[in-house]
Amino acid sequence: MSDAFDTLRAATRARVALGRAGDGLPTARLLEFRAAHAAARDAVHSPLDTASVVAALGTTGLDVLEVASAAPDRATYLQRPDLGRQLAEGTELPGGEHDLALVVADGLSPRAVEEHAAGTVTAVLERLTGWSVAPLVVATQARVALGDPVGEALGARIVVVLIGERPGLSSADSLGLYLTFGPRTGRADSERNCISNVRPPHGLGYAQAADTLAGLLLASRELGASGVVLKDEGTALPPGAG
Amino acid sequence: MTARRATLAGHTYEFPSLVEVMAKATPARSGDVLAGCAATSEAERVAAQTVLADLPLTTFLDEQVVGYEEDDVTRLVLDTLDADALAPVRSHTVGEFREWLLARAAAGDEAAISGLARGLTPEIAAAVSKLMRNADLVAVGRRARVVTGFRSTLGLPGRLASRLQPNHPTDDAVGVTASLLDGLLHGSGDAVIGINPATDSPAQTIALLELIDAVISRYEIPTQSCVLAHVTTTLRALEQGAPVDLVFQSVAGTQGGNEGFGVTLALLDEAVAATRELRRGTVGDNVSYFETGQGSALSAGAHLGVGGAPVDQQTLECRAYGVARHYDPLLVNTVVGFIGPEYLYDAKQVIRAGLEDHFCGKLLGLPMGVDVCYTNHTDVDPDDTDTLTLLLGAAGCSFVIAVPGSDDVMLHYQSLSFQDVLTARQVLDLKPAPEFEAWLQKMDLVDASGRVRELTADAPQARALLAAAR
Repeated sequence: MSDAFDTLRAATRARVALGRAGDGLPTARLLEFRAAHAAARDAVHSPLDTASVVAALGTTGLDVLEVASAAPDRATYLQRPDLGRQLAEGTELPGGEHDLALVVADGLSPRAVEEHAAGTVTAVLERLTGWSVAPLVVATQARVALGDPVGEALGARIVVVLIGERPGLSSADSLGLYLTFGPRTGRADSERNCISNVRPPHGLGYAQAADTLAGLLLASRELGASGVVLKDEGTALPPGAG
Repeated sequence: MTARRATLAGHTYEFPSLVEVMAKATPARSGDVLAGCAATSEAERVAAQTVLADLPLTTFLDEQVVGYEEDDVTRLVLDTLDADALAPVRSHTVGEFREWLLARAAAGDEAAISGLARGLTPEIAAAVSKLMRNADLVAVGRRARVVTGFRSTLGLPGRLASRLQPNHPTDDAVGVTASLLDGLLHGSGDAVIGINPATDSPAQTIALLELIDAVISRYEIPTQSCVLAHVTTTLRALEQGAPVDLVFQSVAGTQGGNEGFGVTLALLDEAVAATRELRRGTVGDNVSYFETGQGSALSAGAHLGVGGAPVDQQTLECRAYGVARHYDPLLVNTVVGFIGPEYLYDAKQVIRAGLEDHFCGKLLGLPMGVDVCYTNHTDVDPDDTDTLTLLLGAAGCSFVIAVPGSDDVMLHYQSLSFQDVLTARQVLDLKPAPEFEAWLQKMDLVDASGRVRELTADAPQARALLAAAR
């Protein structure tokens, strides 16, 4: 039977009207919270299954390269964002001249990449006929700004980084897309555009995300810039989010 | 200045500047490693603490960590310092000051400890905290009395207040109200009912202020509202006649850090004065609310001090308190686990920082609360937040923050739950703010022993409050 507490629960996704055991939480509510937190923690700490991601991306027909950041392990990655923005010493990438480079980065949720990267990349490529696209790159222990040296080395005019976002309690598998025109080391976050929460069926779908990204790419190529100056669609990246 | 040195186990460690002594004496945390100012070994850390312990407190009056000419926070602190307030400890070294504080705390001498506040620089508070163990921070923190008021009185002995934070991802009025009522039914909200808006606009701010104000008025709740929009947004809302109880702003410990937040001291002066003019308080006229957090200056690239050397994040945090205290705030809290593992990596660092921030804030005269919280990429879980909450309760923390089921569905982090606040009050025998306690009794939301009732949805007390949800 529906009561006034059900009215509260129906009004918000917040965890209202949980009830109490003494002054603590009922056991079922305690375990629900732990399960959500465990999924988020596991999403942060489970390493990217690069082999399966590379295989899935290979179906696009493009070459797939693997790189790593200068952060040697997860603990360092979490504490040293500066290292996650640099390529590991000795990394070599084939230079060229491309309209676009796509970098698939583990970020804070490798799980998001495993679940959504290939689907998103495929949908994006379908919308970019006539664009020359560099070999796809899979990057580990990577921050958004790792796309700058990667895009620069590949000779790409624009780089898009598809990266696992920081898991929330109810969304451990959210993928973010970050577009940067003229990638080179030292680009500011204000020079990027972001599409967040790609995560079907709960968040943005692949087709929807790819439509928005294709629009941004066309506008960016035309304008010769990205970030806060490019406001047609999507949103500028808030400071510090990289 | 000449280099300061200490010899430990035959090895001599040398520290060329006060900035380095402070940084290397700081208990380990990731943000100082990221900034490049942390001690490179445990021995070097203790050597720096040894040097620090022997520094006279007057060192911090003569020598700056962030330059006077370059930084308006330094100028604000030094230009408003009360030399008489420092007199009882002026001749002490930092190490002697620690012992003086512990002796006064053990004697329960709140007046002696609290009387120092306006004579202390943020750097003095930071310095002594770096020598203290966690239990020292608790023991002295609980004797630094700071009482403030608006419609409720905060900071009294034996009390633990809470900010009820009914955030919603789209600022939906029905969703916000659901969380707000859930909190009231659990006895939360005596510090403030404060919403982080999803959209920082005057229109949205006004809508949320009016929503909270209507609930406060309808049930005559002795508390205050706040929408934590940017100070310029609140000023616009004030111009349009919105019911603003408190003006909010995040602040940092350097001029550059505050510029990163889009604020100047002049802007804060203007906003606080405009809010005070409304005279909406009943038991006091503290009208401002500030949030801080270790690492905010570094994340804005505004963490450099004298000689261009990186200043440690805990010293910079104390300098943010130097900003806040100028405005006689009702509430100040550090958001201790929000910023991420690159600043505070794990539970040990978060717990330490929470206790430091509370202690230093109180010592400097602030009504200090803590948002006991974490993100999912930090190595912290609810066991750890239990530990910090109970330690803060023992330390006499003015208030904590609570959201439904610990899950902030707008900011995507975890803070305390309403149940966590009840547990801390029960275990440590703490009560809500007195005016709010009387309101809970009036509404029959507590039993004769003062315990918040477990109500079914059809209980008359619940029905009375839940009527606001329709």
